[in-house]
Amino acid sequence: MSPSIGSLPPKYRVTVDPDRCMLCGRCVENCAYGAFRREGDRILTNSRVCTACHRCVAFCPRDAIDVVERPLDYRSHPVWTRGVREAIYNQARTGKIVLAGMGNALDYPMIFDRLVLDACQVTNPSIDPLREPMELRTYLGKKPQRLELARRGDGEVELLTELSPNLCLETPIMIGHMSYGAISLNAQLALAKGVTAAGTFMGTGEGGLPEPLRPYQDHMIVQVASGRFGVDIDYLERGAAIEIKIGQGAKPGIGGHLPGEKVDEAVSKTRMIPVGSDAISPAPHHDIYSIEDLAQLVRSLKEATEWKKPVFVKIAAVHNVAAIAAGIARSSADAVVVDGFRGGTGAAPRVFRDHVGIPVEAAVAAVDAKLRRQGIRNEVSVIASGGIRESTDVAKIIALGADAVYIGTAALVALGCRVCGNCYRGLCPWGIATQRQDLVDRIDPEAGGLQVSNLIHGWTLELMELMGAAGINSIESLRGNRDRLRGYMIDQALMDVLDVRSVGA
Amino acid sequence: MCGIIGVIDRSREPMDGTAIRRALSMMNERGSGEGAGYVVYGCYPEFRDYFALHVFFDNIHETKPRVDELLHQWGRVVHDEEIPTWDLPRLRKVHTPWRYFFRPDTRLMPRSTTPAEEIVTELVMRINTSVEGALVFSSGRNLGVFKAAGWPEEVADFYRIEEYEGHCWLAHNRYPTNTPGWWGGAHPFNLLDWSVVHNGEITSYGTNRRYIESFGYRCTMFTDTEVVAYLVDLLVRRHDLPEELAVTALAPPFWDEIDAMEDDRRRLHRALRLTYGSAMMNGPFAIVVANQESMVAFTDRSKLRPLVGAEHGDRLYVSSEEAAIRAMDPGITRVFMPRAGEPIVGRVVA
Ligand code: SF4
Ligand code: SF4
Repeated sequence: MSPSIGSLPPKYRVTVDPDRCMLCGRCVENCAYGAFRREGDRILTNSRVCTACHRCVAFCPRDAIDVVERPLDYRSHPVWTRGVREAIYNQARTGKIVLAGMGNALDYPMIFDRLVLDACQVTNPSIDPLREPMELRTYLGKKPQRLELARRGDGEVELLTELSPNLCLETPIMIGHMSYGAISLNAQLALAKGVTAAGTFMGTGEGGLPEPLRPYQDHMIVQVASGRFGVDIDYLERGAAIEIKIGQGAKPGIGGHLPGEKVDEAVSKTRMIPVGSDAISPAPHHDIYSIEDLAQLVRSLKEATEWKKPVFVKIAAVHNVAAIAAGIARSSADAVVVDGFRGGTGAAPRVFRDHVGIPVEAAVAAVDAKLRRQGIRNEVSVIASGGIRESTDVAKIIALGADAVYIGTAALVALGCRVCGNCYRGLCPWGIATQRQDLVDRIDPEAGGLQVSNLIHGWTLELMELMGAAGINSIESLRGNRDRLRGYMIDQALMDVLDVRSVGA
Repeated sequence: MCGIIGVIDRSREPMDGTAIRRALSMMNERGSGEGAGYVVYGCYPEFRDYFALHVFFDNIHETKPRVDELLHQWGRVVHDEEIPTWDLPRLRKVHTPWRYFFRPDTRLMPRSTTPAEEIVTELVMRINTSVEGALVFSSGRNLGVFKAAGWPEEVADFYRIEEYEGHCWLAHNRYPTNTPGWWGGAHPFNLLDWSVVHNGEITSYGTNRRYIESFGYRCTMFTDTEVVAYLVDLLVRRHDLPEELAVTALAPPFWDEIDAMEDDRRRLHRALRLTYGSAMMNGPFAIVVANQESMVAFTDRSKLRPLVGAEHGDRLYVSSEEAAIRAMDPGITRVFMPRAGEPIVGRVVA
């Protein structure tokens, strides 16, 4: 509150219907922000602290709670939106950069929702995945342009080409990097159990690999980011693959900051920094000022791990993403991760989250096209991330040219996350973006793991059905198959970038 | 639907076009009278060292000089003429089919290991994409594609197909869903030594096209079949894969089958799928590919289109229907059905 601006209208209003309430007290217990208190035989609320995380709603046995968004809005105005006005009040008061959570919140058109998929009729039969094989197995890593063979005396052919190590995924859906520190140990454990059950992989984020996750290390991709937190040879060797993080779609061009309050004993250990110190990841890697420096880091990591591990490089989808990806493909890197501007994050400056970078659909289309034009598409796999919400997004981005996807927010939603956007406050009532033990305990890693693997499994089944309907029985034949996409109300310039035709064409 | 048939004589005994004309007509149920075609290997022995370029011209006076000019720039034409045809009441001659016998000047492509082929490929791609009103539809040595819109017997009579002789023939009876009535859309498709006939639809066409175009091929025929010819050319000629392995790359075993193979084979098959994932063809199809030396027939991995093989002495037949083979050669001694993805391969021994 500031003396001259006063308080802003509450974002939500929480009410409890006294006729329904049985005074069980679950809401009081569950709300991490203290929105509820009991006085006599009534539950009273403080709407101002509510984040609409719906923890109370989910656990009230009587459906007595109502959360209304924007009960009192500003006078409506198309230019001076609520967000714009509040950012100004905020900055007038603090003189600082406004932080925001989760992904891009501006109302840009979703390209995914303007692309439609194809199905077979008459001239070719659709395939029923319940009766016929349907292959989603995906290998990530460098692939040779061609094979060298030798014909042996007995007429058999011998393979001379030595393949580089590839990651083998049973489904092209992985979980992206969310670090220990940013999310809780139980959340990470649940994700790890989920990906292990689903035969796929997850990223550790730049938070090291906490001891309890080691049993799942064969399904983990360890990250080397600009802060180098938690990186030593043991860490590198434990991972199934290594990922260098250059940038992140939610905040391209800037670094990260884990506030000291979140650095407790355990986090300090895995990150290898003192308790209570801020963990600051600088914007650039201080040893990477150009593409050849990156190529060198890729090689160093490969050398350190005896060329046994694939190395990925993650970049934010920015205007020049295709050329950057082509540069990365020319290094020894095995995959480039293209992180679109809808990618989630614990906290990012609002202006970056909403205004910097490009959508992953256009980025992947451009990257795939550029790599093909240069004849080096086989040199790297392309992993798409940032704003993948459901199985159709997976199908569409693969048809645009990706090999696999990373999901982030979707996996957290499977653990209960309600996309309330307050991750940076460290009080996540769902036990995800928090280190407070009582909150962390709200996730049962076993049950959470099942939810995560259920989600991946469900999407995988849908993907199979979509492919079957399109008469395709192997994921390779969907990859880059833009003929099976049509654009619906997309302008011509974007259609050219996506290289898809219009519906009806 | 479409009907396909192919025959190769392993001792290079020539056959004229009478029998295959009869056989293809047996499958009229599979066509719609909007496209048919034949390819014959060994038909131009007197010009065996020259690339026989068959071209459809919309207008001889305007477009032919441009093609002539391109050919003269890249090599020498020893002979050219209109392809002899008969006028038929039911077949409308919308193009003038022409043939050139051409020898590329290999000095113009010094760094290539197969300069003549590179030049001819480049010419085919260039004419088909940039010379409006001209379409090269056959470009191999000592072989010729003859195709048009019409029923098989009309197309055969139009081109006087019974007068050609060769040791290997493919033919196709078309039921078009794309580009009906367009002569260029009829099969066989050909590039250099490779010809393809195809029954089915390739659902992976977009993937295959993007893949093959990154190697400099350009798809110009608006149909999924030409991509097969280019893929085979890439895999066999440029990447030097044995034909059986090329077929394996195009229609590979399922991962479950690969996982169950013993070590060496598993390594090989895994490498093939990793390397050539984008070349793999999906969807229902039966395909016959031929060159001077061999004929290979195969289906998709689930065999959603029919394919039957038969033998009689040195002759190997493949077709959508046994009846068609029997119409061609009532004396066949063995009839067999290959399993899904399993190739039937015939090679000349002489
Ligand atoms: S959880 Fe529901 S029933 Fe229980 S006290 Fe809160 S509002 Fe009442
Ligand atoms: S993870 Fe973040 S967005 Fe999700 S519920 Fe927790 S605080 Fe809210």
